[in-house]
Amino acid sequence: MRVIGFLLQKEFLQIFRNKGMLPIIFIMPLIQLVILSNAATFDVRNVPFNLQDLDRTSLSENLSEQFTGSGYFQLTGESSTSSQALDVLVGRNADLVLVIPEGFEKELMRGGSAKVQLIINAEDGFSAGVIQGYTNDIITAFNRDLIPQLPGSAVAAPQPDIIVRSSAWYNPELVYVDYMVPGILVILVTLVGLFLSGMNVVREKEIGTIDQINVTPMRRYQFITGKLLPFWIIGLGELTLGLIIARVAFHVPMLGSYWLIYLVAGIYMLVVLGMGLLISTLTDSQQQAMFIAWFFMVIFTLMSGLFTAIESMPHWAQNMTLANPVRHFVDIMRRVMLKGSGIREIAVPLAILTADAALLITLAVNRYRKVSD
Amino acid sequence: MKEWSSFVGFVVKEFYHIFRDRRTAAILFGMPVIQLLLFGYAIRNEIQEVKIGIADLSRDAVSQAITDKLLSSGTFVLIKNLQSPAEIEGAFRSGAMSEAIVFEPASGKEIQREGSMDIQVITDGSDPNVSRIVTGYTASVVRDYLSEAATTIGAPKGVVPVPLMMFNPGLKSVYLFVPGLMALILMLVSALMTSISITREKESGTMEVLLVSSLRPIQIIVGKVVPYFLLSFINVVSILVIASLVFGVPCRGSVVLLMAESLLFIITALSLGMFISTITGSQQVAMMISLGGLLLPTILLSGFIFPVASMPLPLQVISNVIPAKWYLIIVRAIMLKGASFAVLWQETLVLAVMTVVLIGASLRNFSERLQ
Repeated sequence: MRVIGFLLQKEFLQIFRNKGMLPIIFIMPLIQLVILSNAATFDVRNVPFNLQDLDRTSLSENLSEQFTGSGYFQLTGESSTSSQALDVLVGRNADLVLVIPEGFEKELMRGGSAKVQLIINAEDGFSAGVIQGYTNDIITAFNRDLIPQLPGSAVAAPQPDIIVRSSAWYNPELVYVDYMVPGILVILVTLVGLFLSGMNVVREKEIGTIDQINVTPMRRYQFITGKLLPFWIIGLGELTLGLIIARVAFHVPMLGSYWLIYLVAGIYMLVVLGMGLLISTLTDSQQQAMFIAWFFMVIFTLMSGLFTAIESMPHWAQNMTLANPVRHFVDIMRRVMLKGSGIREIAVPLAILTADAALLITLAVNRYRKVSD
Repeated sequence: MKEWSSFVGFVVKEFYHIFRDRRTAAILFGMPVIQLLLFGYAIRNEIQEVKIGIADLSRDAVSQAITDKLLSSGTFVLIKNLQSPAEIEGAFRSGAMSEAIVFEPASGKEIQREGSMDIQVITDGSDPNVSRIVTGYTASVVRDYLSEAATTIGAPKGVVPVPLMMFNPGLKSVYLFVPGLMALILMLVSALMTSISITREKESGTMEVLLVSSLRPIQIIVGKVVPYFLLSFINVVSILVIASLVFGVPCRGSVVLLMAESLLFIITALSLGMFISTITGSQQVAMMISLGGLLLPTILLSGFIFPVASMPLPLQVISNVIPAKWYLIIVRAIMLKGASFAVLWQETLVLAVMTVVLIGASLRNFSERLQ
């Protein structure tokens, strides 16, 4: 126990001695949490919109007013030819061009229907889909008022109307921040834990101090404990600061229990640190260690379901994410904080994390030999 | 002449440094390819499979027809026939389903009698993104059903929108994400590599050796960057080949322009790495800044996944200092819209100015160290 105590003291001294490192460990991640949580939103607002009204009748004007008055679109200009419309889209001056063809009103009044063209910038397919949804809403509402005045509507049977009432539980306003803060916090804790532990042993190798440790009578488990405990404490400290920020600055609800979060976080940190340590013992230079850590970090982040849904991935990729610890912790954090899930509801991901932790720590301990090669 | 040959010697030494370490070299070339392949398939916005539960309290022809239409669309998978809305809560909490559809009792008779009916779509809002997408899918299925019903009874259709999806008719998110992945991979690899390689010399003390050599500071810096520049260029080429062969992302504009812009972006990223290495003396700090400090901002503020235009105003302002944002605009415009340089000169200028500022600042920091 005393041996571990000394090693702990050494590690903490080394971390806190490096003045450049402290703000990077504690301040940089938290600033990112505060700033970036607001960036992650798929809301589509104030779509720049260009009008091409070739009909110029009261009905066409009425329709274009529905667009400008909807709050979704912002009129940025008018065009009169299709090549002009294309230029507007390429030059990023509009994402939607509404083309009302000549004879629009006449056709409606005579035949009961007329087409309008919606040219949408679909570079971003998702936003394009949302924009199309907005236009559908506007035109459906417009038709509801218009159709009774059209010829033929009196003779036909009344048109059925189905109203879809949608409601989102746990987050009725669909606030992205509530959903993003727990996830981004997980990434930041992982980032710090993985990089610090990944660089640690290999750094001693690079400087040569590992030999000094190897010749001491210290046992393997003591060494590993002494190496991991400081980062474990730092990781949980970071999580605590992040949870305070989530509460105070973002008002993210906390429906579940903090104890559960800390239980999971304690196990999760072992996974992260075990992995960092394994990388560290497998590599010969900090540079190598960092590339490998970076490689996994990017994969873990993008395949965690944090930014894009796991449900969107092909099946093989969905299965791959089962091996991603970040995915499970993000999932647990969101469920516990936003839905109040208890330990029984998160049993499966928690079991996977526990197994991961046991596996990685065992591997790392076995890989570390008290001899230099 | 002598100076030149010692410079060449220095560059050759740098190449040896990189390739001597087989593992690092393999990672540098292999990693971007693996990541692009993996993410190109996995990072999508379309939802393949929406797990739904249906509580059909009305049990009539209309609710049956809509249920059939939903399930035959291929997107919705019925997980559970809910007996009552009370079962929804449990299914959401365990994550078993993401949407519940409730047909209110007697809705079918209502639709025939009064011409209106209610369907409740309840989604798990703890994922607002999925929630929004699946609500949209459901609404569009219902809208299709309605318009088919209207056609059968012969009512006038009113205004019929004809959408035209420009540049990406299939609304594929691959088209959006592949350019973003290019920016992310190039940015991180380039910045990380240079910042480490320079601080490494500082830490091991060999920087002093270089400084007392006949090489001038600018030559040392350029010599450090040249190998990584070539390496990154090879990465750009392999990424573009994969993008077009594997993912079928078109390049509608000029390939030469795309290459030139990519080179400019690589130089920006390399100078950022250089700048990081001049403000710190330890590899650890350099790595933490270039990895921990660049990863999330590059993903989140560049418009890679989340549209910049939707962000709150202060963040839109901050996003302007992220080089990847400008590169992304350029790449997407060239590849998808076939834009020419005349449209993109402003974005290019921003990247160029960033590069000049970063190089200037690093040179100043670097020569200060000399005294």
